[in-house]
Amino acid sequence: MNAFWIILTGSLVATCCSLLGCYLILRRMAMVGDAISHAVLPGIVIAFLLTGSRDSVPMLIGAGLLGVLTTFLIEFFHRYARVQADASIGVTFTWLFAIGIILISVYAGQVDLDQDCVLYGEIAYVPLDLWITEEGLSLGPRTVWTLAVVTLLIILYIVLGYKELFLTTFDPAYAAAIGISTSVWYYSLMTAVSITTVASFESVGAILVVAFLVAPAATAYLLTDNFKTMLLLSVLAGILASVAGYYLAVWIDGSIAGAIATVTGIEFMLAFLFSPSRGILIRKKQLQPVQH
Amino acid sequence: MIIQVENPVVEVHDLTVSYDRKPVLWGIDLTLPAGSLVGVIGPNGAGKSTLIKAMMDLLPAGSGYVRIFDKPIAEVRNRISYVPQRESVDWDFPASVFDVVLMGSYGKLGLFKRPRQADKDAAMEALQKVGMQGFANRQISQLSGGQQQRVFLARALAQNADIYFMDEPFAGVDIATETAIIELLRTMREQGKTVIVVHHDLQSATEYFDWVVLLNMRLVASGPAEQVLTQHLLEQTYGGKLTVLTKVGELLRKQEFPARES
Ligand SMILES: Nc1ncnc2c1ncn2[C@@H]1O[C@H](COP(=O)(O)OP(=O)(O)OP(=O)(O)O)[C@@H](O)[C@H]1O
Ligand SMILES: [Mg+2]
Repeated sequence: MNAFWIILTGSLVATCCSLLGCYLILRRMAMVGDAISHAVLPGIVIAFLLTGSRDSVPMLIGAGLLGVLTTFLIEFFHRYARVQADASIGVTFTWLFAIGIILISVYAGQVDLDQDCVLYGEIAYVPLDLWITEEGLSLGPRTVWTLAVVTLLIILYIVLGYKELFLTTFDPAYAAAIGISTSVWYYSLMTAVSITTVASFESVGAILVVAFLVAPAATAYLLTDNFKTMLLLSVLAGILASVAGYYLAVWIDGSIAGAIATVTGIEFMLAFLFSPSRGILIRKKQLQPVQH
Repeated sequence: MIIQVENPVVEVHDLTVSYDRKPVLWGIDLTLPAGSLVGVIGPNGAGKSTLIKAMMDLLPAGSGYVRIFDKPIAEVRNRISYVPQRESVDWDFPASVFDVVLMGSYGKLGLFKRPRQADKDAAMEALQKVGMQGFANRQISQLSGGQQQRVFLARALAQNADIYFMDEPFAGVDIATETAIIELLRTMREQGKTVIVVHHDLQSATEYFDWVVLLNMRLVASGPAEQVLTQHLLEQTYGGKLTVLTKVGELLRKQEFPARES
């Protein structure tokens, strides 16, 4: 049963992260997930200080708010101070993360929190935190429920906003000219990334979230020229990595999150080598350079 | 020489646009007549792209305002179309030619609605107009520069707007296609649409446009093509640049024996 819950958790995280990752890599913002997963630390600490509990709802809200603030700051420095996008991401998240560390050290006496437990949730512990009703019925791990809701919301968001997200990602100037607000879709996408990141890293750890946000989308990008196919393939790659990674971890008796992240990397390597359209091996055979 | 018109489709009043607080367009004041083909002409860095972006309110104006169809732009977005400079997007995007042309229908569809059969037919028809129907399923990274340009044109045509802003739509397009497209733009003008085109070739400008805007950070001239394209005004626009002045000379020689039949 534990295997089932762990794989299900991995697959839910994989689904929402991979879908959003497709948009992030095409917008050249792949590292935003990394930034958010660090920058939310002060939000979590403040939520903890205000409520005094380690309940996940206030922490999710605190972290979610910080996540959105992070994306605002990134856009602000990039747009108005005209700093390069990657520099803007780097400055913003290290600064917010540092504030979080200071808060933890200053309030060390009152805060029963450490960076490790905040940043590196452990997927192996997912089955331990069960949701038990008053009647004593076990409904499975809490995390699975939270992640299922988040995944549904993300899928709904992408289905309903499909054409707007597609257009504002491909050609924002044209979108704005014909009356489709680029900032509405940018900030809603970033909110979705924040919520996903925060909800996931609490349960599976930051490294796995960052891996899921980038690797399956990059793998899918190499395998297809059609955007809808890319979305589906990225989800498949993510779920496959969760299943294979779990059994890899059992086999080598190692970290589950580490094994899953490793499999996402292997998938990317395989796509890089063997993709029918962009794989380097196949390409060599056809003697056909790819133009840019 | 700046000629103002009655009942303009576009009215630009005292427009100043800056990047990083450095103004690149100063006090632009112009009006454009309805149902015309307008050429925007000037040297590199003159602010042509900036002007049409500011006209569509894609860039914040430092001062002044723009009205289109005598309304603020926000109210007439669904009647506006735009052909951006080809380099403005990443052509390595996972999309087909048809996907991109279909984007022309997105503005009118509104939120949550998917393109219907009629929109797909319009997209196909637009591809036909630019001679790209055979490329509908081609991945956009596998197009030549001129073909990419035609895809952007097709997207704008599929939109069936009332006013079109085109940023160098003929860049990298072969002469046969250019002629076909200008024919298309003339038909659109007959239907009462207005097309504003950033253009680089002075020789064809006399032939293509009814109205010309000469720009070099400031507005040099705005008026009917034959009155604006004079040696004096072109020199003012291009400064004393040698190569350009020879071009101006050539152009004027051409004008002495006008090829225009109209
Ligand atoms: N994003 C930007 N940031 C800062 N300065 C810019 C930006 N875009 C353009 N400029 C500057 O504004 C001026 C006008 O640029 P614009 O692109 O409007 O020229 P253009 O007339 O379209 O030139 P071209 O013929 O090369 O397309 C140039 O001096 C350019 O350096
Ligand atoms: Mg330009």
